[in-house]
Amino acid sequence: MNVYDFIFYLFAAITVLSAFFVVTNRNIVYSAFFLLFTFFGVAGIYVLLGADFVAIVQLIVYVGGILILLLFGVMLTNKITNVEIKTGTINIYPAVIGVGLLSGSLLAALITSTWKTFPTDAPLPTTAALGTMLLQEYALVFELLGIILLIALIGAASIARRET
Amino acid sequence: MIEVGLNHFLVVSTLLFSMGIYAIVTRKNAIMVLMGVELILNSANINFIAFTRFGNFGLQGHLIALFVIVLAAAEAAIALAIVLNIYKTLSTVNIDEVDSLKD
Repeated sequence: MNVYDFIFYLFAAITVLSAFFVVTNRNIVYSAFFLLFTFFGVAGIYVLLGADFVAIVQLIVYVGGILILLLFGVMLTNKITNVEIKTGTINIYPAVIGVGLLSGSLLAALITSTWKTFPTDAPLPTTAALGTMLLQEYALVFELLGIILLIALIGAASIARRET
Repeated sequence: MIEVGLNHFLVVSTLLFSMGIYAIVTRKNAIMVLMGVELILNSANINFIAFTRFGNFGLQGHLIALFVIVLAAAEAAIALAIVLNIYKTLSTVNIDEVDSLKD
């Protein structure tokens, strides 16, 4: 067992265990903070897969943006002074059975199938290549994403601030 | 113990996907449902990047993962605006009690 395998198992354990705590914890603030560790673990897995730029974007956008947004949502929609911050759960047993069947069949399918893999060489820095692709072949998608972000910004502001 | 390969990453992403589905199905709070959606998007991204690493596809998987991250940010912003509006109108964010479009 070399260092790469050890680091992979470490990050996989962080990701899966903290995701388990996210979905089972009854306190929604604790769930949000465990989601932080899940995103960190996923970023570490990206680094292990040789995706340095995507890992940095994951850290900046998810941990710095989306998680803060979710925490703001928690703070604004719960009465912090009361014990309302605990959230209820429904349909536990059907959900456990259904999700168990789903994940079992998915795991069986992907383990029994033989993927055609290529020998992997040492990962190279990807930022320059990604920037070139983004501004040449995928320029239209890049511009469309900019427009989508602008529309989402205007729409979110106008929905949240609507005066009735 | 076998060497870490494509299957290991796929197993991790499958577990994340299952837990995201579990959060969406069982939690009452709308923000917890959003967290489940984020878990599912992360598992899809792990798949894209794992297949980029172990298949011979170039870097397009990385670009798709970046697009997914951008769309997740837009989706979180819009969904939280809607949740705030629901809370202002109906004074609850439990999605089993929100059963009317207007008060």
